[in-house]
Amino acid sequence: MAQLIKNQTVAVDAWKTLEIAEGETPETVALPAGDVIFPFSVWQVRKTEIISMHKRIGLLLQPEDRVEDIAADLEYFIVIAVNFPKFVDGRGYSSASLLRQRYKYQGELRAVGDVLHDQLFFMQRVGFDSYALKDGKDAVYALQAGFAPFSETYQTSTGQPEPYFRRRAT
Amino acid sequence: MYKYDAIDRQLITERVEQFRDQVRRWKAGKLSDDEFRPLRLQNGLYIQRHAPMFRIAVPYAMMNSAQLRKLAFVARTYDKGYGHFTTRHNMQFNWPKVEDCPDILAHLAEVEMHAIQTSGNCMRNITTDQFAGVAADEVIDPRPLAEILRQWTTFHPEFAFLPRKFKIAISGTKEDRAVTWFHDIGLHLQQQDGQIGFRVIVGGGLGRTPIRGQVVREFLPWQDILTYCEAVLRVYNRQGRRDNAYKARIKILVQALGVEEFAKQVEAEWLHIKDGPATLTQAEFDRVAAHFTAPAYESAIDESAFAEKLQSEKAFARWVDRNTHPHKIAGYSAVTLSLKQHGVAPGDITDAQMDKVADLADQYSFGELRISHEQNVILADVKKSELYAVWQAAKENGLATPNVGLLTGIICCPGGDFCDLANAKSIPIAAAIQARFDDLDYLFDIGDIDLNISGCMNACGHHHVGHIGVLGVDKNDSEFYQVTLGGRQGNTAKLGKVIGPSFSAGEMPDVVDKIIKVYVENRVDEERFLDTFDRIGIDPFKNRVYEGRAHGKAKAAEKEAA
Repeated sequence: MAQLIKNQTVAVDAWKTLEIAEGETPETVALPAGDVIFPFSVWQVRKTEIISMHKRIGLLLQPEDRVEDIAADLEYFIVIAVNFPKFVDGRGYSSASLLRQRYKYQGELRAVGDVLHDQLFFMQRVGFDSYALKDGKDAVYALQAGFAPFSETYQTSTGQPEPYFRRRAT
Repeated sequence: MYKYDAIDRQLITERVEQFRDQVRRWKAGKLSDDEFRPLRLQNGLYIQRHAPMFRIAVPYAMMNSAQLRKLAFVARTYDKGYGHFTTRHNMQFNWPKVEDCPDILAHLAEVEMHAIQTSGNCMRNITTDQFAGVAADEVIDPRPLAEILRQWTTFHPEFAFLPRKFKIAISGTKEDRAVTWFHDIGLHLQQQDGQIGFRVIVGGGLGRTPIRGQVVREFLPWQDILTYCEAVLRVYNRQGRRDNAYKARIKILVQALGVEEFAKQVEAEWLHIKDGPATLTQAEFDRVAAHFTAPAYESAIDESAFAEKLQSEKAFARWVDRNTHPHKIAGYSAVTLSLKQHGVAPGDITDAQMDKVADLADQYSFGELRISHEQNVILADVKKSELYAVWQAAKENGLATPNVGLLTGIICCPGGDFCDLANAKSIPIAAAIQARFDDLDYLFDIGDIDLNISGCMNACGHHHVGHIGVLGVDKNDSEFYQVTLGGRQGNTAKLGKVIGPSFSAGEMPDVVDKIIKVYVENRVDEERFLDTFDRIGIDPFKNRVYEGRAHGKAKAAEKEAA
């Protein structure tokens, strides 16, 4: 069970992620009740059904899922989880940037998968606000040291829309 | 050159502490090898064959004497007393201990140096022309925009884990000296209707699949460079292949989409961020450019003694001919200190030489120096009246071999002696060729020729763009060398053509000798090697090199007999 870092603390995760078992398809998989994070593939084909039975809806994006395809649906989601199957797969950073900066997604944006201490700083900057830290990793130390290895940043990002050169004291 | 402000300095200091903590956690088993690898690579640290290899950035080639002295100190204290300049404005150390690397970085941070993003699948060091700011043919000084790009690439949150490495080069001159056609992004500074901007080239690269870049935008105003690069990188980060490392560079994506479609997607992405807060301001440009103002050049330099020495000392005249470059200020030259002394690994420099070069920079060149992608050191602002003194000091320290642009001024990667990726050794091939062509008269007679050697197809030695290119290949666990001819850098950059089957190490000096002989016999008037090659084509070279050599069935029969 991954440890969820949220609001500067290690939180209890109330959400269940729907997994499509072997032999099931997005069309046939049973939709559970409760707070559920639905894979994008399921959302695509079962949207009306999900909306009719859930008030609180979560979405899981894989690296290859295009945020453009859910841009019109963002109001339905309480949480969007972006999966990092391997931490070196950096597509999720662009997904997060686009969700926050272009499509103005305001809900929880969660990094899941191979989420490690040394990537938290980047994740936070592109707009993640919760982090399912990989099993076995030190969440206390991550909270203490993982988010602010650097005291300033040069670029624009979700967290800092003004580049440093526009904020530099003249 | 650029001086760090408080924030620039704080960031590299924090980087040292971050890396120290990462090394500590790795040692304690809290970071696995796989988790640590990208982190150490993004600090220039490879763990390989003999020892780690540690790569320090020299952003856009600029260094001051204090920085070079610090590198000398590191070489002396943590290495075996030397370092190696690479083809991408870096210094590599081959023998430090992993545990010492945080301390080395702390020493370097004192002089505003670092190893940030010198390796790994991220945006790498920005490179440019070694004569930036002083070249007689310069249109616009690329250094302020190179520094602005350095800051933008440093810890970019969205592009720290790209499909593959990403290299940007900028040129501000008529003659491209930054290999811009073979970078992931190549930028040509130019003026159009009184406005300064870039021609943007994307998707070039050497390596396993060498491809010349293509123009995606003929003119981009300089203010838009960060937002436009952001758009290029975002398209690449999202769509570049991650299933196969050999197909992960942006060049493959540009080929797959076609340059028109790629450019269309970039433009569409750019529309969203164009004119946003990342648009550069005149104030920021001016702030950075103020660091690159001209030093206090003297006027009316007395060149009479210099002219007299040129007449009276042939060896000096030769050095001036090969190792100095025209300067935009009358009475000054840019001096190339050759790190291609015959018998020494190309690009290698000892700690004593570093200290000496730092002294020369202080004494003769405003305390600054540059390194070139040809792996030499440049004193950019030397008075002609002092060239003779510089030459003598350089000669005493093995830095005055007058072979810049000649056959033995070889570009060469560290190869199989040091690098884990290599298929074959490259340094001994360079040494053997230098030994064969050790006659200066003959070298000068042969004239301009680029010989580039890479120990594997990653092409760190830029073999594809050498007039003669040599590539180390592995055949049944033996080292062989494939030869290409006719490659070139510059505005007409193109890839060399493979001449035929590969050769053993022992054959290489003879092979080069035969190629040179074909040129010498066929050249007319003042033709350079490339001119002759372009006129007569590859066949005469091929015929001579393979003359009397068994191949095909005959070779098979020979093997059988053996």
